[in-house]
Amino acid sequence: MTVIELHGVGLTYPGPPPVPALQPCELTVRRGEYVTITGPSGSGKSTLLNLLGLLDRPTEGRYLLDGVDTAPLPERERTALRAYRIGFVFQSFHLLPHRSATENVTLSQLYRGTGARTRRREAQAALERVGLGHRKDALPSRLSGGERQRVAIARALAGEPSLLLCDEPTGNLDSATADTVLELIDTLHRDGMTVLMITHDTGIASRAGRVVSIKDGVLTG
Amino acid sequence: MTADRSRIRVADLLAEALAGILQRPGRTVLTLLGTVLGVGAFVAVLGLTASATGQISQRFTELAATEVTVEEIPAADSSTGPAFPADADQRIEQLNGVRNAGVYWTVDANKAGPVTGVPLPGAPTGAQSVLAASPGLLRAIRPTVREGRLFDEGHERSGDHVVVLGGAVAARLGVTQLAHRPAVFIDGTAFTVVGIIADVQRRPESLLDVIVPSHTASVLWGTPKQPPKMLIETRLGAARVIGSQAALALRAEAPERFRVQTPPDPRALRDGVGTDLAALFLALAGVCLAIGAVGIANTTLVAVMERSPEIGLRRALGARPRHIAAQFLSESALLGTVGGLLGAGLGTAVVVLAAISREWTPVMAPWTVAGAPLAGLTAGLLAGLYPALRAARVEPVEALRR
Repeated sequence: MTVIELHGVGLTYPGPPPVPALQPCELTVRRGEYVTITGPSGSGKSTLLNLLGLLDRPTEGRYLLDGVDTAPLPERERTALRAYRIGFVFQSFHLLPHRSATENVTLSQLYRGTGARTRRREAQAALERVGLGHRKDALPSRLSGGERQRVAIARALAGEPSLLLCDEPTGNLDSATADTVLELIDTLHRDGMTVLMITHDTGIASRAGRVVSIKDGVLTG
Repeated sequence: MTADRSRIRVADLLAEALAGILQRPGRTVLTLLGTVLGVGAFVAVLGLTASATGQISQRFTELAATEVTVEEIPAADSSTGPAFPADADQRIEQLNGVRNAGVYWTVDANKAGPVTGVPLPGAPTGAQSVLAASPGLLRAIRPTVREGRLFDEGHERSGDHVVVLGGAVAARLGVTQLAHRPAVFIDGTAFTVVGIIADVQRRPESLLDVIVPSHTASVLWGTPKQPPKMLIETRLGAARVIGSQAALALRAEAPERFRVQTPPDPRALRDGVGTDLAALFLALAGVCLAIGAVGIANTTLVAVMERSPEIGLRRALGARPRHIAAQFLSESALLGTVGGLLGAGLGTAVVVLAAISREWTPVMAPWTVAGAPLAGLTAGLLAGLYPALRAARVEPVEALRR
């Protein structure tokens, strides 16, 4: 059972002159795999992440998410796939500053039309899962960097997505805090979550079961 | 492919909007101010106009609507004699719908001479106007008699030397009470004071006059130089009919010698007052509300810029552009509605306070108060349109870039 299948997927920004951001590439990620994509800045990591996260459309090739070909889908259905299948974790957390930890986590199911009580219950369960059961009502400004990223991970988990898409999740954290976050991701992976993480740090990348590197828009793995 | 759709419950949308405007309370209050003032001005203007109009029509029906005046047009040659016949009062009072009617004129000061209370040298002699009036006029001005009585047709017929005084005039002439039959002297001739009036409802300048029966005045001082006038008090609603009949009833062969003034149609007057005030002040209130809406638009637009990462996050979490637009539109609509509610309260308070201070009855149409939050809502929605469109067009990839 594959979660991600890329067949000749590439992205070229239309010119003139046309700028190839990602050369046509092949990638398969199976359910329960932990894959890191590593490469220097400017190598096309973010482009790939945006494509995998359905935030951008490839100019060529086919991208199957959970076996669904996403290329012909209208924007409305791609948005729905984001809501139900993908959990995002960003380098800068992207927490709403004036909302409590629980409220931030409930956002991930807001656009599924889930009832408020269910969202709240599942958000609190997700916070327990990342070890923040005691900080449910804290505002992000009262949380440490590591705690903020764990709230963000809880937000990504709360919807039970097929894929956890992490974009430099430890980029804004010191190394001790980064370790706790990475250990959390390891644990999630052991519990069966499919994880795809983008990082420029090869040390971090080596924690994954499989490392794919990207350089100058060319994927090699 | 899937039955999974991207959607948001209305209650959740409103909760998000509420959280959005509450996260910056200070800014929200300042933003509200424009709408509050605009809607408040609307409500206050409409309420004050309604109250003032109600007040005008109330006074109008009581007095002005029952008042007709007839003036003599000065004749080209003096050979025609006085226009008002001697029995003018009787002629008019025979008309159906007339309560009282009377002729009056101001007696020439150089004929009537000084007026004094006591015939002693050195007594105060100020300029004192003398009013010649028929008994009908005395009734038509609706006096409140403080002491004594009014002179009547009996005094008029026999040319009695009697006067009625206004309260202030009586005090100035040293007439304090009527028990010992006091007199005042006009050009040396004694007149018995029969009554002192405290107040009148019509022709208030009568309070400053020494009032003499008109027949007595014309016997003593001849025909007046100033053309006489006639005041007619009609029953309610009869004024315009009486106005059309008065000149003919007075002098059927020469009605053109009179100019008749009837009160304007009360409804026309009321509408006139309403539209005049409303047009001016509603325009100002409209400007206020427009400024309020621009304030909301500005704040919402700034919020869209500031919260661009939040928009990107929401898009990544599965929000469609229309969900984003709906959220910002809800925020501006909520701001507008709250502003409208506060404005309705403020406007009502202004109307009630103004009415109390002028002893009016506050009058407000229900739709004025009920419509205020709606006006705020409309302003908020209009103000939110452009920012909401901008928010919907935010590219998630750009917005999420740190």
